[in-house]
Amino acid sequence: MADVVPVPPSHLTSVALGKTYRNGANCVEVLQGVNLELRKGEFLSIIGQSGSGKSTLLHLLGLLDSPDIGEVRLDGKRIDHLPAKTRDDLRNRVFGFVFQFYHLLPELNLIENVLSPLMIRYSTWEYWKRRHELKEKASDLLVRVGLGHRMKHKPNQVSGGELQRAAIARSLITEPEVLLADEPTGNLDVDTGKGIIELLNQLNDEQQLSIVMVTHDESIARRAQRIVRLSHGQIECLREKVA
Amino acid sequence: MYKFLICQRYLRTRFIALASVISVMLGVATMIVVNSVMSGFSGQMQERIHGLLADVVVESHSLDGVADADLQIRLAREVAGGYIEAITPTVEVYGMLNFNFAGQWITKPITLIGIDPAGKAKVGPLRDFLDSYHSIYKNGKLVRKSLRKPNEVPNWNLSPEAMEYRRDKIDRQKWYQEQLAALDREEAEKREEGSASESENKTEIQTVAAEQPSETVIDGVPVSEPVGDISEPAGDELPASPFMNPFDNNAPQKKEETDPYALMDGRIYVGIGLISYPYKDPETGEMKTMMMARPGDDVRISTVTAGRPPEHAPYLATIVDVFKSGMTEYDSNLVFCNLEELQKVRGMISPVTGKKAITSLHIKLKDPDQSQLVVEHLKSVFPSDQFSVRTWEQKQGPLLAAVEIESAILNVLLFLIIAVAGFGILAIFYMIVVEKTRDIGILKSLGASSSGIMSIFLSYGLALGVVGSGAGVVLGLLFVHYINEIEEVLTYLTGRKVFDETIYYFPEIPTLVQPSMIISVALGAMLIAVLASIFPARRAASMHPVVSLRRE
Ligand SMILES: Nc1ncnc2c1ncn2[C@@H]1O[C@H](COP(=O)(O)OP(=O)(O)O)[C@@H](O)[C@H]1O
Ligand SMILES: [Mg+2]
Repeated sequence: MADVVPVPPSHLTSVALGKTYRNGANCVEVLQGVNLELRKGEFLSIIGQSGSGKSTLLHLLGLLDSPDIGEVRLDGKRIDHLPAKTRDDLRNRVFGFVFQFYHLLPELNLIENVLSPLMIRYSTWEYWKRRHELKEKASDLLVRVGLGHRMKHKPNQVSGGELQRAAIARSLITEPEVLLADEPTGNLDVDTGKGIIELLNQLNDEQQLSIVMVTHDESIARRAQRIVRLSHGQIECLREKVA
Repeated sequence: MYKFLICQRYLRTRFIALASVISVMLGVATMIVVNSVMSGFSGQMQERIHGLLADVVVESHSLDGVADADLQIRLAREVAGGYIEAITPTVEVYGMLNFNFAGQWITKPITLIGIDPAGKAKVGPLRDFLDSYHSIYKNGKLVRKSLRKPNEVPNWNLSPEAMEYRRDKIDRQKWYQEQLAALDREEAEKREEGSASESENKTEIQTVAAEQPSETVIDGVPVSEPVGDISEPAGDELPASPFMNPFDNNAPQKKEETDPYALMDGRIYVGIGLISYPYKDPETGEMKTMMMARPGDDVRISTVTAGRPPEHAPYLATIVDVFKSGMTEYDSNLVFCNLEELQKVRGMISPVTGKKAITSLHIKLKDPDQSQLVVEHLKSVFPSDQFSVRTWEQKQGPLLAAVEIESAILNVLLFLIIAVAGFGILAIFYMIVVEKTRDIGILKSLGASSSGIMSIFLSYGLALGVVGSGAGVVLGLLFVHYINEIEEVLTYLTGRKVFDETIYYFPEIPTLVQPSMIISVALGAMLIAVLASIFPARRAASMHPVVSLRRE
């Protein structure tokens, strides 16, 4: 498919991204000039050994952290140097995050967790006015990820796979442009993991959602359109998926 | 929006937060209770000081006073008549009180205030301070009914009960003396020695306050040479001697000429602290008051004449009533006496014109709020080189200021309780922030701003403060409302009277709830809660999302 149609415009790119962690005297050069390009509607997976800096790269792409050098660009515009408020807003509107450990808020039930990005986006008054519409949207999403019967459950009452589905629902409720998934299957058994990947594939197909998925599992990575390997702080090997 | 939801969830799920709510609540409740009781007491105290004095007091600097009471009153009425409701002249002077108790002579320094009780009752609620107008309750039960009707104008006559006591006592004394006289006669017949010691033993059993021989000496002769001479050196023993001799044969004879039970010319209302002392009942362990003298007894009063040089002026007086304001400063210092007798004894009545000198005027105003204005008016006729014209607050300024300082210090100390609660909040919040590190990272990854994270914890602190101080206000007000019931329970549990009405002269614990105090205490507590949460909230806000997200 990808080789027939003209190459879509790049969506999220990193230019010579470098990140070094300093701990007193010893410093770890995790990323040393990472150039990565994510095209619109692409499902990209990053593989690499544990500790190779995959999560670091993803955090930089998602503006959770700022690079020491290099740039992150969204639709060609640099975004990593923007003021904190704007970056907060971009995180809320443009990016969706899915983490290895699900990272749902334990005090909120699943539907509230799904709604939380919208609670952050809207003022109390606005949220109150639109609460029915928003709740409906959230429950639709939960139904879509197969959790229609779990909406009022607290995170500690459901299984890992269900948590990850809820986390995906949460990342989708803001209708993001890019989904950043950090080892979404890392904590799940193989079958459940496959289910999650299928869900991501579906989203990618149906909504043309751009996805960056980090994993250390090559069999999982193979489900993406394109795989890159991160090693020694650089994008080392590029492999286009042959459908 | 998320701030409130999360804040509310944290409140509901963190029971540790309840601890800080409770500490805030207790602090607020304590402050409200203590302040209410303190202002209740101090309000009562001010009322008493006010009642004892008058709205405005004009005093001469000299103890000799100024001549012509009527003129002074007229002057005062001329310049401020429109404001004045009543004026009463008084003479205030220092003196000494002697009386015999259990064979010992008690001597106390006093401030002697000559008043006209009817006039004094018009400028202040004199009745409220006199024991015989009160019923006495103990543990809620009536022990003694009031001895006078509430509408009886205060006067210098004994209540019927006191009169009965006096008759009894005098009869008993007479009987003793007759016995002794008979014994003397027998002994004289037998010509034997040694009976003196026996009779001394007997006098020790019976309390004899004052005896008649001195009366004849002093009465009518204000400056009594013989007594004055002996009493000048070393206080107790020497002046006592003329009263101590119950064997003087002149005494009964003199009495028989007139009414044997007649009161002395001097009449006094004596402060309770001067004639009583508290002691612990060895059987029950209860605190009781031992009366060393009571209405109907005679005492000796010494003061100085208004002459130059001032001379010693002793005279005898009958206790007509016991005066109890609940203020130690007054109760163990003040003796009210009949004005005319004091003026006579002190030689303040001009032999030529018959005009009487006074040292001060007590003035009651129609509107007590105008006292400052009236003081200004009065100063024009009472020059400051001779007089001081003051409102009662000014006159008692140091005492009132002391109470104010006391309550301010107490408030500071109590506020420290809430500050301690504040540190509790700080510690607990800090803990919660650490515990919630991951959640903070999640919220940030979802787009929450640092200020948004901060406001979660600030509103959490505010919520704790609001809930805590709200509950504290309710608890405090309930406590104040039921304070007397609580006191009863405490008394029952401990077996000791917590609030002894015989000491304070209040039937109940006085309380005064000031809304402004409650509001400021509640706001203060909320402020402290918010302040205490600033530090943890800032820490939460500055937390790097990535660090927290890496954790499982
Ligand atoms: N805050 C930090 N301080 C110091 N070193 C860090 C920090 N975070 C990550 N690292 C190091 O950076 C490297 C890359 O980590 P990470 O991006 O999590 O790798 P991966 O996700 O590929 O396992 C690791 O060696 C890790 O120890
Ligand atoms: Mg990782």
